[in-house]
Amino acid sequence: MIQPRSLFEKVWDSHSVRTLSNGQTQLLIGTHLIHEVTSPQAFGMLRDLDLKVKFPNRTFATVDHIVPTTAHVEPFSDPLAQEMINALRDNCKEFDVKFFDIGSGTQGVVHVVGPEQGITQPGTTIACGDSHTATHGAFGAIAFGIGTTQIRDVLATQTMAMTKLKVRRINVDGELPPGVYAKDVALHIIKLLGAKGGIGYAYEYGGSLFDNFSMEERMTVCNMSIEGGARCGYVNPDQTTYEYLKGRPYSPEGEAWDTAVAEWDAIASDEGCEYGDVVKIDAADIAPSVTWGISPDHGIFVTENIPDPAAAKDEDTRISIEEALEYMKLPAGAPIAGTKVDVCFIGSCTNGRLSDFREAAKFLKGHTVASTVKAIAVPGSEIVNHLCEQEGIAQVFRDAGFEWREAGCSMCLAMNPDKLEGEQLCASSSNRNFKGRQGSPTGRTVLMSPVMVAAAAVTGVVSDAREVFGMAEKAA
Amino acid sequence: MAALAKITSVSGKGVHVPGSDIDTDRIIPARFMKCVTFDDLGQYLFYDVRFDGNDEKRDHPLNDPKFSEASILISGVNFGCGSSREHAPQAIYRYGFRGLIAQSYAEIFFGNCATLGIPCAVATAEGIETLSAAVAADPTTEITIDVEACEVRFGDQKIPVTIVDTARDAFLSAQWDPIGELVDGTPEIDATASKLSYMAG
Repeated sequence: MIQPRSLFEKVWDSHSVRTLSNGQTQLLIGTHLIHEVTSPQAFGMLRDLDLKVKFPNRTFATVDHIVPTTAHVEPFSDPLAQEMINALRDNCKEFDVKFFDIGSGTQGVVHVVGPEQGITQPGTTIACGDSHTATHGAFGAIAFGIGTTQIRDVLATQTMAMTKLKVRRINVDGELPPGVYAKDVALHIIKLLGAKGGIGYAYEYGGSLFDNFSMEERMTVCNMSIEGGARCGYVNPDQTTYEYLKGRPYSPEGEAWDTAVAEWDAIASDEGCEYGDVVKIDAADIAPSVTWGISPDHGIFVTENIPDPAAAKDEDTRISIEEALEYMKLPAGAPIAGTKVDVCFIGSCTNGRLSDFREAAKFLKGHTVASTVKAIAVPGSEIVNHLCEQEGIAQVFRDAGFEWREAGCSMCLAMNPDKLEGEQLCASSSNRNFKGRQGSPTGRTVLMSPVMVAAAAVTGVVSDAREVFGMAEKAA
Repeated sequence: MAALAKITSVSGKGVHVPGSDIDTDRIIPARFMKCVTFDDLGQYLFYDVRFDGNDEKRDHPLNDPKFSEASILISGVNFGCGSSREHAPQAIYRYGFRGLIAQSYAEIFFGNCATLGIPCAVATAEGIETLSAAVAADPTTEITIDVEACEVRFGDQKIPVTIVDTARDAFLSAQWDPIGELVDGTPEIDATASKLSYMAG
């Protein structure tokens, strides 16, 4: 009898090339995604070693981190940014790699482009020089963020040296209350398990909540696996996955589609497979969440108070709360709701997809951004941008007083001109609230769902979107 | 592809950068990551502690002409903590350092250094003190990190050091960069790829 295996084990086994002399596995990486920040040095190393890209047809590039979002017009005002896009263009040309360039109608944040092109598929291994590569796990792919020398390894050999991970199954059952979104699920899981809780693990997300989630909701949760310390996170593929992929540019067609679906069905975790750990969460317990500190596990429900170091459970926690509150300039023990917001940002590989803007626009319609707030909406790709224009979503944002921008990573990590200034506080739909993350060494980030960012934009303070938009009543 | 050289020892003059928990942001500030090669990173090594807001030199061992020829970096506990950015060991290498001696290293930083062929030797607090005193007394002191013998020699003195086994074996067997071994697996790579339908498309 064959031992039941998890999806992770099946994909690992089918992609294991051999065991290396140091005991690590040489793992085949079926799909390699590259962008302008971490790839140029890897191409340089490739040239130094006189190597070629082994599978150019399995390598896909786009430009996202450094592109200005006010207008995709070259030359960029930042010559270094221009040099980076030029280098990527040249490298793609020289090594015959497909490049989803600005103005092509297909450029975007690498973790938005892969899925929307149908490049991201179940049962595959994916690597990218970006820690949010875990996003692609939403399709039942095993997707890792890697360093620059590993990018060289994957370019040259389509493989890398890797140590096998354990698998933690995270079951979330039930339904989310009104006003609670996939982002709240991600923040809740990170709060429960900690920012280092996932080290050594791949996270397998499941349960009835994930069964009923759309692909975009699954992507939001998988995206933030790394904030919980997990190198990758995934959801087993199902009918929702196949419906999303059918007809996309790189999806299989005709007979190949039927063969692929049969393979994808077989790749899902077997019933009775063993997990390194199992966690159970009730969806009904989750409320709209926000961060109060400088680590993604510094999360609370918007109805709760900022932690008080005096009430910390141990000395290490007390020191960490004090450091976070000193940086965030927030009062211990006070309600987080009502905290003044200077900037509102909706976008990023976590929450920059069509459904994110559609949901926020549904509630934003008829409201106006507070005069004290600068609000920007940055679509995750040129395709998302186009669809938002077509559906009138972009106009709802503009009418409300948001700046509607071009596609890019933007203020998630501020490698382009979109930066916080001084001690500005940003209500952000992105994924990291580290010190200085959004471009100002003293800038402050409060992570939340796109609808919660919209609510903060309207009121000018951290707010419970359910109250601002009267959501509970609507649902009742 | 040229075979890697075995790294049995590295030698050179030393400089002591004291302190604990010297993180990767201090080693290379994030703004210098906007670049297409690692080539120029050397000049930005420790930039924000070497230079003030007006790019004027601050008091720092790397700004001291006495240590301008140093190629062995000596430091304290948990060196290289913080992010996984490869820009940090790259900046160290490109500044001219070929070996590190410290009390301990952050794990990812250590791995990145090993892949670049930079031996990171671990010495005791007393060992670091003896070594840094010798370097301070005579900056021209020639230091040897003997990877094979697990010791650091300088003048007529020597201190015992440890080097993580997997890294030490990799240096001594010329396997410190995995690329050679990965490329050697080409027949197996092709065989594995041929069994995956999506790799053909």
